[in-house]
Amino acid sequence: MKKIQLVAITTLLLYLLTGTYSCKPRNAGSAVTAGAAEKAYVPPGKYDEFYNFVSGGFNGQLSVYGLPSGRLLKIVPIFSVFPENGYGYSEETKPMLNTSHGFVPWDDQHHLELSQTNGDVDGRWIFANANNTPRVARIDLSTFKTVEIMELPNSAGNHSSPFITENTEYVVAGTRFAVPFDNDNGDVPINTYRKNFKGSISFISVDKNNGNMKLAFQLRVPPIDFDLSHAGKAKSNGWFFFSCYNTEQANTLLEVNASQRDKDFILAVNWKKAEEYIKEGKGKKETVQYAHNVYDEKKHGATSTIEKEVLVLDTKDLADLCYFIPCPKSPHGCDVDPTGEYIVGSGKLAALIPVFSFDKIQKAIADKKFIGNYDGIPVIDYDAALYGEVKKPGLGPLHTEFDGRGNAITTMFVSSEIVKWNIKDLKIIDRQPTYYSPGHLCIPGGDSRNPNGKYVIVYNKITKDRYLPTGPELAQAAQLFDITGDKMNLILDFPTVGEPHYAQAIEASKIRDHSVKFYNINDNQNAFVSKGEAATKVVRDGKRVDVYITQIRSHFSPDNIEGVKVGDEVYWHVTNLEQDWDVPHGFAVKGANNAELLVMPGETQSFKWVPEKAGMYPFYCTDFCSALHQEMQGYIRISPAGSNIPLSFSTGKNLPDSSTAPPLLDK
Amino acid sequence: MKKILITALMAVVVIACGSNNTNNASDKTTGSSDQNSSSGNPSYDPKRGEGKFTKVDVSPTLDMAKADAGNKVYAVKCSACHKLTAEKLVGPGWKGVTDRHTAEWIMNFATNTDDMLTKDPKAQAMLEICLVRMPNQNLSDDDARNVYEFMRKNDGVK
Repeated sequence: MKKIQLVAITTLLLYLLTGTYSCKPRNAGSAVTAGAAEKAYVPPGKYDEFYNFVSGGFNGQLSVYGLPSGRLLKIVPIFSVFPENGYGYSEETKPMLNTSHGFVPWDDQHHLELSQTNGDVDGRWIFANANNTPRVARIDLSTFKTVEIMELPNSAGNHSSPFITENTEYVVAGTRFAVPFDNDNGDVPINTYRKNFKGSISFISVDKNNGNMKLAFQLRVPPIDFDLSHAGKAKSNGWFFFSCYNTEQANTLLEVNASQRDKDFILAVNWKKAEEYIKEGKGKKETVQYAHNVYDEKKHGATSTIEKEVLVLDTKDLADLCYFIPCPKSPHGCDVDPTGEYIVGSGKLAALIPVFSFDKIQKAIADKKFIGNYDGIPVIDYDAALYGEVKKPGLGPLHTEFDGRGNAITTMFVSSEIVKWNIKDLKIIDRQPTYYSPGHLCIPGGDSRNPNGKYVIVYNKITKDRYLPTGPELAQAAQLFDITGDKMNLILDFPTVGEPHYAQAIEASKIRDHSVKFYNINDNQNAFVSKGEAATKVVRDGKRVDVYITQIRSHFSPDNIEGVKVGDEVYWHVTNLEQDWDVPHGFAVKGANNAELLVMPGETQSFKWVPEKAGMYPFYCTDFCSALHQEMQGYIRISPAGSNIPLSFSTGKNLPDSSTAPPLLDK
Repeated sequence: MKKILITALMAVVVIACGSNNTNNASDKTTGSSDQNSSSGNPSYDPKRGEGKFTKVDVSPTLDMAKADAGNKVYAVKCSACHKLTAEKLVGPGWKGVTDRHTAEWIMNFATNTDDMLTKDPKAQAMLEICLVRMPNQNLSDDDARNVYEFMRKNDGVK
């Protein structure tokens, strides 16, 4: 009996030791390799090697992580109000969220793209798309602030955005939803889709010195869904590639009706040709309305301008501008390898991954190897454009990035894995499970000419059992793999904020040293700045009261204000006089139903407050700033409307009668 | 035999732990001796303070242009905490400050505030009274010189 037991235990031990024990479900225990912790470990006080910029999806924000640690460094509000720092609430930032539909306080942020110079990520700006109310934003990476937002006319579902050309000449924005355009009558039966609905692709130019965006031109395209895109690079610079689905032009039950055809398209756009047409005056001016919002880092405030015009090129009328390439089964990802030769289309429902050759596409165009045209755009013969197919890659290929060593890595949504394959021979090298259902993936510089193939980060759509449960809604899981060897090794899970879609990563050295530490108070051009306490004041103009108030460790000037009345419109203009790194001050007034502020050193921020009841309202600093932070407080007295209490304000002068001093009890 | 093996294994473990401890201990020693040497450093000049200013040329008469420029810097960056009288507000009043400290000390303290607050006995004594670490207001070298001249004007230099 004992012997049998012994044999059983030995066998079990053997199984465990040799790893042949495989009934266990796949989980972290079996997927993580030895040394994982060491590879992802960044000791306290040490910096990460990469910044990872991760889109926030339905939270409308961007989050910034350090890699390889997965530490959350910052959340940057873009298309959504952000109570933490008053973005979208303060007078200075409200205009950032203005649109032709008025103030839109939130949106759905899907894709990010770092600016590039000569095909390399340069760390100057990162661009972001708003999917719902179509917009493109630019975030300055010296301040990690959203500094510009451009709305897009004639657009709906701005999904195919904000991908850029290799010198950041253009950011593109393609429509997922075809719609009747802004100047058309949109009040038409929905099932007249094929007649009344159109698609558009916007090209936004970017000033290479200051980053300022301008809607350069728009392509009028057929009413199909433009999904994702990437610019050509190196040899294919000058071209842009867009994946398209719903070539069926369905307007209901797309799940079925837009999945009918064996092949949809990749649209190849010759944007250099578009530039020529614009120069030749082939663009037609259309009167439209769209908001263009710019944040001025000297004035510490934004302005919103409604632009009135867009230049349109109709692809139907213009030769040599656009070509369709058939691509199997509702392609999603459309990714261009670092050499610019290979274009990878990922058909969500396809059992293979087609790889197209830029050279072959050019030859097919020259030889007119077309199988017909679709809405006036020539359709290239599939085989004439195809380099080859990756066979049996897995189920549900979505997105591909490149490691810079001639390999591609593709996410497989349905089979929950990432698959590494060689671009030249199209053979699969490795596959690793992810947890669960990966969407986008990211390699530092992975869509540039020079990827840094140290890591791939995979952003999973489903988390289930990966973390401690937190009710029905769970954090989404990012997973970090070391990809320096043939095998991809999972080394870290980290939770993310919102729902990450596309992400970008870049060597920290390209951003770290340009980071702004504080704003020079002498350069502050805000109309309501107080440069020093001597400049602080409270000014009444009818019902409007402007409070020019300063903060420094640890008091306000003024901190006693009287003579303000119910129904007054009080504007608090708060200037932080500090001139050192990491000394923001906060500002909050009791009962203010609009905002709190977080004011950076040297900055001025304002908010509006309309007191509704007479009484005493304390205000204080909400960001712990010094040993005497708790003393950083003040009062504003609100008198009834029609009261004749004179306006007064001071710091340290409004002293109580000395006879009222409380007893001194210590000996 | 078994016993010997176990003993040997334990010995290895003990050695490993021991060597780690030794490392930590020596790290700590170096750290604290560094600290000692900085505050008790015989080469530290408490008159000059620590910073980039070693020798400031000060003329017996006032440079009015510099003093005016210094007044402007004072208004924006200093006046929130320092009065021009001897009265303490957040920081000490400026009356007599040019008699209490050298030009070098004042300019070093204004531009190298954190280091001085850590090392300088006079700065530390003042911190015990004020309890607020003076913020570094990022004065340029010229700003610091001009503010010093403004302090001289405040102290009656003509």
